Amino acid sequence: MTAPLLEVRDLKVYFESERGRAQIVDGVSFSVEQGQALGLAGESGCGKTTTALAVMRLLGQGGQIAGGQILFNGEDVVQFDAERLRRFRWREVAIVFQGALNALNPVQRISNQIMEPMMWHEGLSAREAGLRAQELFELVGIERKRLTQYPHEFSGGMRQRAMIAMALACRPKLLIGDEPTTALDVMVQAQILDKLNQLRRELNLAMILITHDLALLRETCDRVAIMYAGKIAEYGRSDAVFANPQHPYTVKLLGASPDIHGDPEEARRVLTSTIPGHPPDLLDPPPGCRFHPRCELAFAPCHVTEPALITRGPDHVASCHLLENDTHG
Amino acid sequence: MIDVQHATVTGPLELPRRRLAEFWQAYRKNRRGVWGLGALLFLIAAALLSLFLPASFTHTGAVADILQPPNWRHWLGTDELGRDVLALVATGARTSLLIGITASLISVIVGTVIGVSAGYYGGWIDEILMRITDIFLVLPWLVLMLTLAALLGPSLFNIIVVIGLTGWTGTARIVRSQTLSIKERPFVERSVALGAGDLYIIWHHILPNVFSLIFANTVLVIAVTILSETSLSFLGMGDPLRVSWGSMLYHAFDSGAAALGAHWYLLPPGICVVVAVMAFTFVGQALDEVLNPRVKRS
Amino acid sequence: MGDTLLRVKDLRVHFPATRSWQEALHGERPVIRSVDGINLEIKRGEIFCLVGESGCGKSTTGKAILRLVTPTTGEIYYQGQSLYQLTRSAFRPYRRRLQMIFQDPFSSLDPAQTIQEIVAEGLAVHGLYPGRRERRDRVLQALDEAGLRPAKTFLHRYPHELSGGQRQRVVIAGALILEPEFIVADEPVSALDLSVRAEIIQLLLQLREKRGLTFLFITHDLALAKLIGDRLAVMYLGKIMETGTAASIIDQPLNPYTKALVSVIPSLHPVSPEQRLLLQGEIPNPRHIPAGCRFHPRCPVAQQEKCEVLEPPLELKQDDRYVACHLVPRPEGYVTPGIWEKRSRGTS
Repeated sequence: MTAPLLEVRDLKVYFESERGRAQIVDGVSFSVEQGQALGLAGESGCGKTTTALAVMRLLGQGGQIAGGQILFNGEDVVQFDAERLRRFRWREVAIVFQGALNALNPVQRISNQIMEPMMWHEGLSAREAGLRAQELFELVGIERKRLTQYPHEFSGGMRQRAMIAMALACRPKLLIGDEPTTALDVMVQAQILDKLNQLRRELNLAMILITHDLALLRETCDRVAIMYAGKIAEYGRSDAVFANPQHPYTVKLLGASPDIHGDPEEARRVLTSTIPGHPPDLLDPPPGCRFHPRCELAFAPCHVTEPALITRGPDHVASCHLLENDTHG
Repeated sequence: MIDVQHATVTGPLELPRRRLAEFWQAYRKNRRGVWGLGALLFLIAAALLSLFLPASFTHTGAVADILQPPNWRHWLGTDELGRDVLALVATGARTSLLIGITASLISVIVGTVIGVSAGYYGGWIDEILMRITDIFLVLPWLVLMLTLAALLGPSLFNIIVVIGLTGWTGTARIVRSQTLSIKERPFVERSVALGAGDLYIIWHHILPNVFSLIFANTVLVIAVTILSETSLSFLGMGDPLRVSWGSMLYHAFDSGAAALGAHWYLLPPGICVVVAVMAFTFVGQALDEVLNPRVKRS
Repeated sequence: MGDTLLRVKDLRVHFPATRSWQEALHGERPVIRSVDGINLEIKRGEIFCLVGESGCGKSTTGKAILRLVTPTTGEIYYQGQSLYQLTRSAFRPYRRRLQMIFQDPFSSLDPAQTIQEIVAEGLAVHGLYPGRRERRDRVLQALDEAGLRPAKTFLHRYPHELSGGQRQRVVIAGALILEPEFIVADEPVSALDLSVRAEIIQLLLQLREKRGLTFLFITHDLALAKLIGDRLAVMYLGKIMETGTAASIIDQPLNPYTKALVSVIPSLHPVSPEQRLLLQGEIPNPRHIPAGCRFHPRCPVAQQEKCEVLEPPLELKQDDRYVACHLVPRPEGYVTPGIWEKRSRGTS
């Protein structure tokens, strides 16, 4: 079996603020193979976006990678110097954000914005970059003539496509999507995800998709990691995780996501078992399992020790003390 | 996020107290603002103290005392009537500050009423009010004030009215633009859905959210008002019965003391005006920085 | 489910659009036909879902019911009373009975007011329970009912100190305090996290049971609509495409637009790729609504002769199912079209 394209080992990201140090990502490990899609799921504050930004070393002020390794093709991104980082970003890994309007420069034509990184990173001439820009637009499904337009002339869906085109400009091996379709209409979302899947097959692209929409993950991603309070609660093949959730949090999350093809009576019944309380303050997380204050199944060890990731199937692990002595799901 | 289980029951006053403390924390960081505040407090203290000055300080002295340079008896010397300049400056502070603050209040109230009405009601009300504002903006304020002062006669009350009724335009524009933005916010729509009328919404939702902006703006208006009053008095349109910094400058030139080089008579009131205006400006800018909703993050 | 509580008749809400200089030159006055002739009937005690993508006019419809926007034509009847024939002051008492919950909990609360003031606003506006003590007690009651416990600790807080879910509960408390009968909930959970969403939905369902409330639930999330709705209507570019029982519309959609929409929504039990009807293009600009059936340019089964020319009426095609589509056959022997004619025969 080939080594994974990206392997994150025990990643820790801390944010220092005047009120103290928040352990936003606290020992997260996962891997993505070439051509595979991994979904990072969880509610706001669970650390999924921070993890993605850490992979690209885009953490900005206050955020520090405090430990762990990010192995991309065997090289540790955490150790990259400025020069190596420059060659790494956009050419090997690229990212697409949620609000495209914020990521696009409103006073520059789209063509300029796509061509710039190609000219900088790959040294293409303006003419070559222009041709490639046209190809990219065709790839993502926007009419070529729109290249000379400004961002405000694009609809929301088109802007996201333009963002994807820009992300693919330097032929990265890994594409990270941070809630890329959350703000879009259902049909546009389906179109864009369809296109992303197509690109993944054509270009053998690896993908990390961050979202809170579990059904979306189920349909798009081969594997999924459910995050809670900076840690991974459950991780593995998406069909296994969703068909047979092991972590109490995953079960609750699934209960809270109404399914279009589900039975409404059943869904309403499950809805009543909501999760009490709210996510912990990461400046002072609860001892032991971070989910224990909100878990009705919590027992003695949960308050004391953090559970390790326990194997529940061929590609399925979950971190919960309840699973320790239980040999099957 | 609040951990409700561990929250203490706060009384209705604790939160304003906490907010005041937070406000001061933020304000402290602006050094010019702190300096300005200090200077202001000093001037206000001087103005208040002047109320307790013995009469001899402001009465005409003997001829020999005229235009004395600074000495041990008169720290800033005397004017052309033998009065102690320091005492005059302190008295002048009282007048200038009084006129400054009162006239500014008038300006701000007029400006707020016009700004909120124009912003909230829109349509032809907005058009008319804004055209009136434009007219006032276009007219040269000094000429306007001089004309009005000449027509109404120089008295304290008239000065205040004149300055107050000509200085509202800046406030009106700021308040109007802020009202326009607040009007669109969903909580105003919620209020309408609950059944609130226009006046209720203006009083309970628009004004409180505009208040901090108005407050910062008022302080800046005071700075301008003090300058306006000084200008008027310097040109001889001030109340002849009152001492103000502007009138001191007027008398200094008028009596020929300036030509005689009596710097102790000219400089103090001038410097006071500069200091007062700067102080108010710094405080106003600091307040704007601390309170401005655009910049503020909750 | 009881009698008809709210009736929307041929509602149109058109907004004047800013015109380009070319349009001005030709003397054109472009209009955005946000709601373009819809008919709805909501029964007492039910949760009626209005679903659609952005720009379909669902939010505008909700606002028109509450007289927050003025319709261009059409009528809204509440318990038989035409709301738009009332003067502003005659309508005021209705504002107690018809309430709204807004989408964004972060901006629907005045940041300068305390929670107590916010929840009590309805009482203050209508002059109810003037005593300070009494008002405070009512506020505490409403906060408790909305799930904010212990209620006392919330009175003197400000909105920015609360989480999104808590803020939404404050909005709900503010509505409940007036003892409403009908609530328009405009995307009340879209801005919230999954687990918080479930709590708020549960709260709304409980309130429906306890207080016999009726809801118009506006959302773009069809899965949620299926979960919570008794009946629903699908809107597209200002018109209703299909309406009927929520579960049956989602499980067996008849209108091609609904079919396509339902087929592409992600599910934990995924459908095969062939069953996904991915539409081309995007929703057209509401300034230029297509002639005939407004969905025809994107419709996979549109037929030139009919669909490009004539707008299909919303008609009864199956048991309790109204569909606006030329290609969905009417039942055998059924003669009269139109949603109101059938009703007026005394079947409700």
